[in-house]
Amino acid sequence: MKILVGVKRVVDYAVKVRVGANGVELKNVKMSMNPFCEIATEAAVRLKENKAANVSEVVAVSVGPKQCQDTLRTALAMGCDRAIHVKTDLRGDYMELQSDSVAKIFQKIVEEKEQNTDLVLLGKQSIDSDCGQVGPMLAGFLNYPQATFAANIDLDGDGLKVERETDSGTETIKIPSLPAVITCDLRLNEPRYATLPNIMKAKKKKIDTIDANDLGVDLTAKNKVLEVYEPPPRKEGIVVEDVDELIAKLKNEAGLLQ
Amino acid sequence: MSSSAVDKFFPSPITLLTEDERMIKESVRKWAIKDLKPRLQEMETNECIYPSVIQKLFENGYMSMEINEKYGGIGTNFTSACIAIQEISRIDPSVALMVDVHNTLVVNMIRFWGSDYLKDKYLPKLAKDSVSSFCLSEANAGSDAFSMKTQAYRSSDNLFTINGTKSWITNAKEAEVLIVFCNVNPSEGYKGITAFVVDTDTEGVNIGVREKKLGLKASSTCQIVFDNVIVDASQMLGELGKGYEYCIKILNEGRIGIASQQIGIAKGCFDVVMPYLNEREQFGMKLADMPSLQQQYAQAATELYAAEVMMLNACRLKENGLPFVKEAAMSKLFASQVSEKICSQSIEWMGAVGYSTDYKVEKFFRDCKVGSIYEGSSNIQRQTIAKIMKSEYSH
Ligand SMILES: Cc1cc2nc3c(=O)[nH]c(=O)nc-3n(C[C@H](O)[C@H](O)[C@H](O)COP(=O)(O)OP(=O)(O)OC[C@H]3O[C@@H](n4cnc5c(N)ncnc54)[C@H](O)[C@@H]3O)c2cc1C
Repeated sequence: MKILVGVKRVVDYAVKVRVGANGVELKNVKMSMNPFCEIATEAAVRLKENKAANVSEVVAVSVGPKQCQDTLRTALAMGCDRAIHVKTDLRGDYMELQSDSVAKIFQKIVEEKEQNTDLVLLGKQSIDSDCGQVGPMLAGFLNYPQATFAANIDLDGDGLKVERETDSGTETIKIPSLPAVITCDLRLNEPRYATLPNIMKAKKKKIDTIDANDLGVDLTAKNKVLEVYEPPPRKEGIVVEDVDELIAKLKNEAGLLQ
Repeated sequence: MSSSAVDKFFPSPITLLTEDERMIKESVRKWAIKDLKPRLQEMETNECIYPSVIQKLFENGYMSMEINEKYGGIGTNFTSACIAIQEISRIDPSVALMVDVHNTLVVNMIRFWGSDYLKDKYLPKLAKDSVSSFCLSEANAGSDAFSMKTQAYRSSDNLFTINGTKSWITNAKEAEVLIVFCNVNPSEGYKGITAFVVDTDTEGVNIGVREKKLGLKASSTCQIVFDNVIVDASQMLGELGKGYEYCIKILNEGRIGIASQQIGIAKGCFDVVMPYLNEREQFGMKLADMPSLQQQYAQAATELYAAEVMMLNACRLKENGLPFVKEAAMSKLFASQVSEKICSQSIEWMGAVGYSTDYKVEKFFRDCKVGSIYEGSSNIQRQTIAKIMKSEYSH
């Protein structure tokens, strides 16, 4: 099995973002691998470590500026075998490069560069734009089966059994045969941190760079962002005397209870 | 990041780390938060570093930072070792001390002056699973270390017999390998001092009880008694009578590691204290917004920044083969002062909560104090700095 895993470079989850004239301020802000992409990478590496999955190779792919190489190094240090950097200076947080273009870039890579890919693992969404569309779109473009919001992935015959997060619990579906696209949710695993021996090994692994403009994909934004603004500050709360008052307020003022 | 056009024409900023160093920093930080932090209080209470934690230190490569890959080490640079010490210290200074002594003192002495025999015999296990100690101090030989009484006499052509007692030895309870400084020829004074590599399980090596300490409670500090300990001449580290020279050299650079530990402690305080100041309100405003407190934490952060720049610069001077002894001494002196002050202020800024054991700032305060004592007390650092200054101005 050959696995392709998408790793996006985003503003670190712990950073308190500021909004500037052109959307969220990206200058001098700590950037890291998107947490859901870390989960996807962990899932890929665990499949590789599972002898029964017979994984021949895990290839990490990142679309973005040259600093994406740092993100790819992290993926390599976590256990991916090699990496592809699709270089573009367009902003990836929906301001310029949008989900459909990214999905098409991945489609091109699967169809033209990494033809025998059996599984594409992606995060369920990236924490900058929160679109959650690359996975489903990619599955559509490739005409592959998909499982989104994966909370568990098991081998099952020639295919996979995937437990999916839903609003009312989880649902288990079977992908009868590969290739397929899976997007990974929070509970799937706890990503490892790169240990020093693996950071050192990763230095010897290969990162190929492709210019996004050379893929023949339309990179223009289909949607236009009209305005980016910070959420309004939360209004100050009040202290209630007792449970009865709380229930009364939830009923009468908040309308949350009937 | 470092390949911008600017780098080609100007030296890069001292705070700019290489890609490896950045990844190492991140990796150690993640481990410390995930694996170390949850065990912090228990290890403090039980006064030990858990074997499972030590195992991770080895597996993750933190104990073999500068050991060549051919011996199973990571093969990275001194700065990376200091970065690892700092990031561990930010969570637990006791564990940081274990890593510090092992990497910057013991391993490096063997790397620098060990015979091929000693390197082949010890570097693989020091990289894999053997903790080590550096045995210099004695009850009556602290700052005046070279007045040591521990002796090694040549009992036959190929054997030395060691007798004496070393005090305050970090990692003593966990160590499998010791570097022991002995005088082989007391009539020659410090010129008789010679270092030996001794396995802890050699007959006659007795590890004493743990010292009860103000801080660094998880770190073991013990006396080690050497009672007719017979070692082969091949266990001699470097040349006969060169021990004092090696000792000075290794401590000159090792203390940069202590500076890193101290800076880690101060950062650890800020990690706790700043979110608290941002939350806590008195007189209808956040503590972090009170002008007088702002004056104080801005000043503290500035001093900490200076200490960190000094530490990094000492690392880079050393790595570039430039003179660094004065800068390393300054770095350790200043870092321990700044850190002690920040620990103390952090407690004040947090009020009663800072004084309670729940928030760990009082632990940092206790752990920090020894920074002005070990690997050369503050007075000894100032002595070193003064000596070099004097010579710089005497033409
Ligand atoms: C937690 C801990 C861990 C340690 N780990 C190790 C270890 O792993 N290996 C090891 O070998 N040692 C270790 N030590 C010992 C440490 O290195 C010594 O404590 C240190 O060298 C100071 O020696 P001393 O305690 O005998 O103090 P002293 O030398 O007695 O000094 C006492 C005071 O006198 C001052 N003073 C001394 N001489 C002068 C002078 N000439 N001019 C001005 N002032 C002076 C000092 O600055 C100090 O303030 C450790 C100590 C501690 C507390």
